[in-house]
Amino acid sequence: MNKPLRRIAIFCGLLVLALLIRDNWLQYVRAEELSSHKSNKRVQIERYASESGNIIVDGKPITGSKLTDDTYFKYKRTYTDGPMWAPVTGYASQAFGSSQIENLEDEILSGNDDRLFFDRTMAMFTGDKKKGGNVVTTLNGKAQRAAFEGLGDKKGAVAAIDPRTGKILALASTPSYDPSSFAGRQDADGKAWQTLNADKDKPMLNRALRETYPPGSTFKAVTAAAALEHGVVKDIDAPTDTPEPYIIPLSSTPMKNQHSGCEKASLSEALRVSCNSVFANLGDKVGRDNMVETAEKFGFNDPKIYTPVRASASVYNKEMDRGGNAQSAIGQFDTRATPLQMAMVTAAIANDGKLMKPYMIDQLEAPNLDVLERTEPEEMSQPLSEENAQLVQKMMENVVEKGTGTNARIDGVTVGGKTGTAQHGENNSERPYAWFISYARTDQGSPVAVAVVVEDSSGTARDDISGGGLAAPIAKKVMEAVLDGKQ
Amino acid sequence: MSVVTNTTTIGAIELPSRRNTELLLLAFAVAIPVFAYANVGLALTGELPAGMLGYGIGLALLAGVAHLVVRKFAKYADPLLLPLATLLNGLGLVLIWRLDQSPRLNALSTFAPQATNQLMYSALGVALLVGVLLLLKDHRVLQRYTYISMAAALVLLLLPLVPGLGTDVFGAKIWIRVGGFSIQPGEFAKIVIAVFFSGYLMVKRDALALASRRFMGLYLPRGRDLGPIVTIWAVSLLVLVFENDLGTSLLFFGMFVIMLYVATERTSWIVMGLLMSAGGAVVVSQFASHVQARVAAWLDPFECLATAPEGSRTAQACDQMSQVLMSFGSGGTLGTGLGQGDSDLIMFAANSDFIFATVGEELGLAGVMAFLLLYGLIIERGVRTALAARDPFGKLFAIGLTGAFALQVFVVAGGVMGLIPLTGMTMPFLAAGGSSVIANWALIGILIRISDTARRPAPAPAPNPDAEMTQVVRP
Repeated sequence: MNKPLRRIAIFCGLLVLALLIRDNWLQYVRAEELSSHKSNKRVQIERYASESGNIIVDGKPITGSKLTDDTYFKYKRTYTDGPMWAPVTGYASQAFGSSQIENLEDEILSGNDDRLFFDRTMAMFTGDKKKGGNVVTTLNGKAQRAAFEGLGDKKGAVAAIDPRTGKILALASTPSYDPSSFAGRQDADGKAWQTLNADKDKPMLNRALRETYPPGSTFKAVTAAAALEHGVVKDIDAPTDTPEPYIIPLSSTPMKNQHSGCEKASLSEALRVSCNSVFANLGDKVGRDNMVETAEKFGFNDPKIYTPVRASASVYNKEMDRGGNAQSAIGQFDTRATPLQMAMVTAAIANDGKLMKPYMIDQLEAPNLDVLERTEPEEMSQPLSEENAQLVQKMMENVVEKGTGTNARIDGVTVGGKTGTAQHGENNSERPYAWFISYARTDQGSPVAVAVVVEDSSGTARDDISGGGLAAPIAKKVMEAVLDGKQ
Repeated sequence: MSVVTNTTTIGAIELPSRRNTELLLLAFAVAIPVFAYANVGLALTGELPAGMLGYGIGLALLAGVAHLVVRKFAKYADPLLLPLATLLNGLGLVLIWRLDQSPRLNALSTFAPQATNQLMYSALGVALLVGVLLLLKDHRVLQRYTYISMAAALVLLLLPLVPGLGTDVFGAKIWIRVGGFSIQPGEFAKIVIAVFFSGYLMVKRDALALASRRFMGLYLPRGRDLGPIVTIWAVSLLVLVFENDLGTSLLFFGMFVIMLYVATERTSWIVMGLLMSAGGAVVVSQFASHVQARVAAWLDPFECLATAPEGSRTAQACDQMSQVLMSFGSGGTLGTGLGQGDSDLIMFAANSDFIFATVGEELGLAGVMAFLLLYGLIIERGVRTALAARDPFGKLFAIGLTGAFALQVFVVAGGVMGLIPLTGMTMPFLAAGGSSVIANWALIGILIRISDTARRPAPAPAPNPDAEMTQVVRP
């Protein structure tokens, strides 16, 4: 019986061999595919298995990690002053993914970045827990608080930039949300997420970067720059040829002015009292293509503004007729801008015409605080010459000194600004947006430019809504916060 | 004049008994699981587990007792079988204890820690091994119980169908509940039925091999020789259909075909066996929905997870299978390390039917291959025992048990790794489950007994009267 026994032995050997081959196929050939399969929960489990690194403002973390008793995800994200910082941090939720910096810098924060390979390997040998790196932001805690508290329970947004470098100093959006409220994956987190998504005020919208508004009269700063750059106006104090009433080209509709005395008003005077007719006329004279050129140098029509969070593209329509162009020149019709965009406009003017690329991540740090990557300030464009920039500065400072923006005056500091009250809705049916853009200037150049929009100021009578009244005080607080830090 | 007392060439030279080799290997077989236990504790809590000393002593004690009994009562036994079984059992205990620590499994209402029970069952298993070695001085005694064994095997197989005694656990009616214990009689039936097959085939092998007619190139035996075979095949199918136990019926059938082939030395039995099992598989898959679900899960678990209706049997099978595959894939070449994987995501039956996935994830390709080779070695020692056995009954019995063991390893590991459709049996020695551990220790005990008989030096021949000096009587 030994011959069949030997064959059975071979058969058993083949069975074991088949298992060995199958195992190699499974754990070597297909290992990568299976371990990163979309239904493999291990990826998520691993992501929350250790403490993440933090997002840092003024040297202090505004995020944290908390040990939970969840059997799947060990740690969950916590946020200090969550609603205030939400437009900066975004959220990281076990159940609902992540957004903004939490999403974009996830590799660093979770410690999975290739640049942290050495740290990970060392931790493996020393038995330390895996740690994530830190993201150090450019933000200014005091300015952010001033912006967030200034907006209060009003709907709106603030963006503040350091014009000299492009560092973003404040980025506030209200109503806001607390990313901590749905960081986990319990029932309460799911409810919070649903409530937030169902809220018609859209608290999870980052209004400072992702919402475009008609910029209203604040856009006149761009039009003024375009008029100077393209030689339509040479002397800002010389009277223009604007008739009263000024009829919008290709129509019979007169352009309304809130203020009297706009007939043939000089550029400076027209900006001080915010004459629609003068700027519509100037926009028409500069022409659509030249207007587009200047607007685009300021950053309009650019869908690729990364801070590194992508900002929505602001719009200055390239295909309008004359009438549309004239209306767009005063920030109505097709013109739309994000608060960040208007802060960039202000910053370029305050920085003597040079627009620095806005950014909010200063550096990335390894867990041992070694710097992995530092963002260097970068020039984005030069929308207007230094002389012209100084002319616009002079006019904007005049606006704050004795025009519509007196609410932004700060003792002992030069402040330039421009108000805006943007109509929106069919036939101006909705409550207007109150805008204010401004910058402060000291001996060492301008440390801060800020754009404020207040979207819906419930509680304020409609006629009282104005950029100077609602938005300027917020801008003033933000500028003061930045200036205090410098002194 | 020389004094010649013996004319045979076989001397009474002592063969090496290899008992010291066994003892040395046993030391490793105890030390490796103790280190593994320490490893799990350090990985999970950062400190050595509290029960490590007791656990190590327990395992060492079991191994020591078994060794002493083998040394005394089966002196010439194969030196590898006991250490291999001890190592697998010890590592199985570590894996079960590791899964006991999982908070995810502990949150399940159907889950209870198993490590303590498993240690107790292992002790019972070793006690049974000791019992086999003490009571069964010669395996040939079992020949006498051929037909009693058949009856006993059938009773054991059909017990779970008895109302009130059998319990339905997640669709499979293969357990009986006695007092507080659940027993899987099929595991024991495996050994008992091997006794029947060996005894029956030893007697009938000539009739089956020679008294047959040639039909289409195949030798078909006479009906009266074939009868019991067809009966057993029918019973194994009945077991499958009524108890939802594809694994056991496949195991019995495979074991039977192997033994038939070895007994008759006719390849036609292999062909017929394959044809019959193919026929059986087709019939069964027409009727049993859980077989269909498992085939679907085998073909493409991720695809069928997406298409199967939620909450259906197919969806469950596919979810389980995809979890197992991801577990293996996430382990990769070297594994995550003991205690550091997430194989508990498999949830239900993670520590029994699917325990091999934990090996795959935490010890990786290297660990799984090592485990497969350990099983391969046991199978190799079993086949070697069959080859060395001097009596046909012992040969058939050893190859039957070894073949069943090999098939079980293949069906379980192959099922878990997605090589063949899943059948739901336990990995010998590794998986949590009392019946399985006890039955497999008994199986090892029997193999040790047969190998002892096979390797024992032939008894000194009786004095040959012819060889005695002729006494010359002088006047």
